[in-house]
Amino acid sequence: MRYEAPNNTKAAATLLAAEKGKALVLAGGTDLLVRMKAGMLEPDLLVDIKHIEKMRSIAGGNAGFTIGAAVPGVEIGEHKALGKLWPGVVEAAQLIGSDQVQGRCTIVGNLCNASPAADTVPALIAAGAKVVVVGKDKRRTVAVEKVVTGPGSTSLAKAEVIESIKLPKRERSSGDAYLRFIPRTEMDIAVVGAAVNLSLSRGVVKSARVALGAVAPTALLVREAADAIIGTKLDDAALETLATACSAACNPIDDKRGTIHYRTKVAGVLGRRAALIAFDRAGGKR
Amino acid sequence: MSGAHVSTTVNGDAVQFACPNDESLLDSLRNRVGLTGVKEGCGTGDCGACSITLDDRLVCSCLVLGVEANGKQIGTVEGLADGDKLHPLQENFIKHAALQCGICTPGFLVAAKVLLERNPDPSEEEIRYALAGNLCRCTGYDKIVRAVQATAKDLRKKSKKKS
Repeated sequence: MRYEAPNNTKAAATLLAAEKGKALVLAGGTDLLVRMKAGMLEPDLLVDIKHIEKMRSIAGGNAGFTIGAAVPGVEIGEHKALGKLWPGVVEAAQLIGSDQVQGRCTIVGNLCNASPAADTVPALIAAGAKVVVVGKDKRRTVAVEKVVTGPGSTSLAKAEVIESIKLPKRERSSGDAYLRFIPRTEMDIAVVGAAVNLSLSRGVVKSARVALGAVAPTALLVREAADAIIGTKLDDAALETLATACSAACNPIDDKRGTIHYRTKVAGVLGRRAALIAFDRAGGKR
Repeated sequence: MSGAHVSTTVNGDAVQFACPNDESLLDSLRNRVGLTGVKEGCGTGDCGACSITLDDRLVCSCLVLGVEANGKQIGTVEGLADGDKLHPLQENFIKHAALQCGICTPGFLVAAKVLLERNPDPSEEEIRYALAGNLCRCTGYDKIVRAVQATAKDLRKKSKKKS
């Protein structure tokens, strides 16, 4: 296996494109190295993106943040301005693994690992985040919900690498929240995850996005759930409609973490609770 | 398997080693640098027995490649004591009997040191969350938490005296 650590994104894409065997991107490595050790993956080339300056930083502010693909969770948690404007995205990122894992793991890695239960993916979808994808010859920007196509698979081409995540301009009176259910208090994988991002105008929900994780092969953007609260002050009836829409969108599996019935029910409960937190963070009064 | 020549700094000393590209930093530290304080528990980032600092960030060395350590600053449990003088965490782990078999202890010490540098007065809950990435199958954690609390208190007293 070859190991390369290029210092710019184009070089990374070129290396990936030129490799005839299996070429993989190494960001934090908290998923990749485990799979390599288990013999599930045997790459011929690893392209370490942590030496690419552009991918190492968080830039921007109200007008939109750019989070580099190699920024570890711990740095996302320490970024005060990001946490103030996008607490839901940050809390989702901070839920991944232990402090040790936070020292390495990245949100782009969480996305590209393509687990249906990834914590940051629903939060990023609710936020309306986009990723900047760089290939050998061209760059493209794509919505987060278009990246994962199924468990373990993405829409990225072989020679493409994600350079950064872009969060949109933050409107005033906005808030987001991410909740996940796990049977323990720490170090576990989501049974259900729910993210809500909304903006208010004169105390009324003007726009909203609701996303769910771990209840379908990919994270879901649930438009019906958002529609249920747009134009309301999050009254009980609106919340009930949101919860019903969340449950209706579920297409989960039965496994050791939860049954289909249980996940479907909890998706509604978490969707409602996340909406209340996001509304409160936006300054809303019920 | 192609390999790499790695120049790094371990506990303040310049260290060089050669390793295959797919070797974990855990294996490089144990087998090439000779620092066996870092332990392998699970090898998958769940147990924290291999905890080290990499450029002052707490990480599992089993989830880092040896080659990735090139140009980095590494801190291991061997760097805690000052010669024969144990670090206050080590003293308190002994005093509070915060270890039995000892396999998890180096990882706990490194993780607790990082916690106390960042937060000199952690609550019990904060300690338990900060150490959630370190598993211990002997102690039931309580004595570990007490040892960290006692160290935090000692260190706060010390820094008060200084100032």
